Amino acid sequence: MLSRVANSLYWMSRYIERAENIARLLDVNLQLLLDFHDLGEDRLAEHWLPILQSTGDEAAFFALHKKASGRAVTEFLVFQPENPNSIVTSICQARENARMIRDQITVELWEELNNLYLFIRSPGAREVWRQSPSDFFQKIKGGSFHLAGISYATVPHNEGWWFSEVGRFMERADKTSRILDVRHQSLPSAGAPEIISQAEALEWSAVLRSCSAWDAYKAINGAEVHPKLVAEFLLLSEDFPRSVRFCVSELNRALRRLSGVAEGRFSNDGEKLAGRLVAELQFSSIDDICQQGIHDYIDCLQIKLNAIGDALFKTYIFQAFQTQDEEFFVQQEEQQQQNQ
Amino acid sequence: MTIIDHYDHSGFFDEMVADNGELRPHYRKFLDLLESLPQEEFENKRQSVDLSFLRQGITFNVYGDSQGTERIFPFDLIPRIIPAKEWEYLERGLVQRITALNLFLHDVYHKQRIFNDGVIPPYYVLSGKHFRREIVNINVPKDIYIHVCGTDLIRGDKGEYLVLEDNARCPSGVSYVLENRRAMKRSFPEMFESIGVRPVGDYPQDLLRTLQYASPVGVEDPNVVLLTPGSGNSAYFEHTYLARQMGIEIVEGRDLVVRDAKVYMRTTNGLRQVHVIYRRIDDDFLDPTVFRRDSLLGVPGLVNAYRSGNVSLANSIGTGIADDKVMYYFVPRMIKYYLGEDPILPNVPTYLASEKSDYQYIMENLPKLVVKAANESGGYGMLMGPKASHEEVEAFRARIQADPRNYIAQPMIPLSRHPTHAEGAFEGRHIDLRPYILYGEKIVIAPGGLTRVALRKGSLVVNSSQGGGSKETWVLYGDE
Repeated sequence: MLSRVANSLYWMSRYIERAENIARLLDVNLQLLLDFHDLGEDRLAEHWLPILQSTGDEAAFFALHKKASGRAVTEFLVFQPENPNSIVTSICQARENARMIRDQITVELWEELNNLYLFIRSPGAREVWRQSPSDFFQKIKGGSFHLAGISYATVPHNEGWWFSEVGRFMERADKTSRILDVRHQSLPSAGAPEIISQAEALEWSAVLRSCSAWDAYKAINGAEVHPKLVAEFLLLSEDFPRSVRFCVSELNRALRRLSGVAEGRFSNDGEKLAGRLVAELQFSSIDDICQQGIHDYIDCLQIKLNAIGDALFKTYIFQAFQTQDEEFFVQQEEQQQQNQ
Repeated sequence: MTIIDHYDHSGFFDEMVADNGELRPHYRKFLDLLESLPQEEFENKRQSVDLSFLRQGITFNVYGDSQGTERIFPFDLIPRIIPAKEWEYLERGLVQRITALNLFLHDVYHKQRIFNDGVIPPYYVLSGKHFRREIVNINVPKDIYIHVCGTDLIRGDKGEYLVLEDNARCPSGVSYVLENRRAMKRSFPEMFESIGVRPVGDYPQDLLRTLQYASPVGVEDPNVVLLTPGSGNSAYFEHTYLARQMGIEIVEGRDLVVRDAKVYMRTTNGLRQVHVIYRRIDDDFLDPTVFRRDSLLGVPGLVNAYRSGNVSLANSIGTGIADDKVMYYFVPRMIKYYLGEDPILPNVPTYLASEKSDYQYIMENLPKLVVKAANESGGYGMLMGPKASHEEVEAFRARIQADPRNYIAQPMIPLSRHPTHAEGAFEGRHIDLRPYILYGEKIVIAPGGLTRVALRKGSLVVNSSQGGGSKETWVLYGDE
């Protein structure tokens, strides 16, 4: 398979997953605000700022907005075209990647993604958003689920499919860790967190619900919400499909399906790093993690995920990125081609 | 619903209605079926077709729009119908023409007999922008230069077919033929059964066979790829569409590398050799070491690999000289010279600005003429004398005086018209026809082709970039 195609498949599914996760994060937090009353402006900023930080685009945000108000943050994360990771940009990017490899994906997959794109670019999208943000987010999440289902059921599970799996689980592992990190300021920098207030409990349950983990968590830990148990569940659960451990295991499995190298061995750096990270998550307890400090641990985790991504690129893609100038120039040349 | 009750067919040759107001017989069955359809249902079908094109992303990119706007190519539901006998005539004419053009290309890039025998002045060929010295005396597989040709045909006021131009570089639009047919079949399945329309769906297989036939000598199972400029090109939809239909890889320049005069593509498993490239990039951009140096779309070393015979290109390098508008003037002579036959399909009468007597005629009659630059396409670089302002005419006069080699002039042909849906009613709109000709082991022409229609009232320009749309083209098994 062409390296460029593998790259596009990887980014297509990463961007879809990204849009879905931003929708999750915002949906739950908007609902959460309904449970509080009499929130002053400062208190609101306290609520939204960490959410913004968790996405990693704080600098881009403050270049455009003065204050982290609910309206500004949601606008930034949903519609703002200047934000390279907003829901709209992510879906456009996913669709652009799909368009570049249309010959490689099924008609069903393409049409569904194109539909989602047409929806998000239509004036109707803002209308839905204004009337009911929850319906809007449901539509994004539903679109992502639908795409995952279509791709599972119609795309051959060959090399290309495994590349898109790698992208999906890479993004999901990263985003779950970021959602968990939203409340890190209420945690001690190292050691186990304290007993928490009722308001904080609500915030932590919002974290769980952002990951669709509320029911699964309750089944194991009962209705009591405690930061340590939440972190344990979202980082280390073996079988919950959005936990970091689960995602990294799937990522590792996909890498091995690509190369055909068995567990316990490796043929390139990506496999080495992924295998190592799986083992680390398998053989860590939440007490170990608390000792290091949850926030610190998550930082290291994200660095490791990025390293796996870089190694993959070197192994399979290895194509020089174009600078912005070059890209502009190439676009001009593309358009100069005469179509008779 | 009825089309022709209030329909005004006068003034031009009308495809559906004869001069005496009677329906032409090959439209009879279609019209009977259409008339049994309630107006409302027709309207519903029309809208659902448009929507389905948008949903499927069957669009072309609009340039100069930073939002990355994509538009659907407007599609008119009333098909243009061609009876079997007429099509047979067109086929004969097109086969004759592409055969002569190929012989011409082989000749000008080898012995140049046609110059020595005084049939065409060498000056016109050698000064052509698309004449490529780089491939003189290079042999191409099976001596085929133009593998894919899209020849534009029009009909004059007597209904006579005329060749307007030969598109011998990268003709586009065939994906609309295939997608339009799919949409029509979904909307009016019953019509196809009862009317007897020849299918067009074999085109991708025929194209693949044509490309495989062009493979370098000794390669048994050639790796065929489609080379695209990239997703920013207006025809990108077509590129992915054709690649998917043929089951071949679509590559960009950066996916290819040349080693030891062989072309490889970069895959996740290392390099894999490429044998045939269906390229949708102009000669100029193919290889920065030979043609334009600033090309980032091309592949350094590609031309060398081509000259070494390790890779084939379709169409070959240098075919642009055959569709130079000045060369068009000489095509009837080529047919006579190489085949010893009279042209079956006539040209539009043409005046060369660089011939003295013609030049004088052009200058005296400029407001009545259509002037075209020799190497432009897409409806650009053109003057429609009768529709232009005085300033525009004078501006063109200056351009012709400065560079006569680069201009031809033709009388304004009153293109035939066809009933077309316009705001709830049917009105005559001007059309042309582009059949797609494949030159492989045999010459194969997909029955029909793309009928383009100038949707603006009175307009004679059918290009998609300038308000044109398309229609289905039905070639019948019979004559009625």
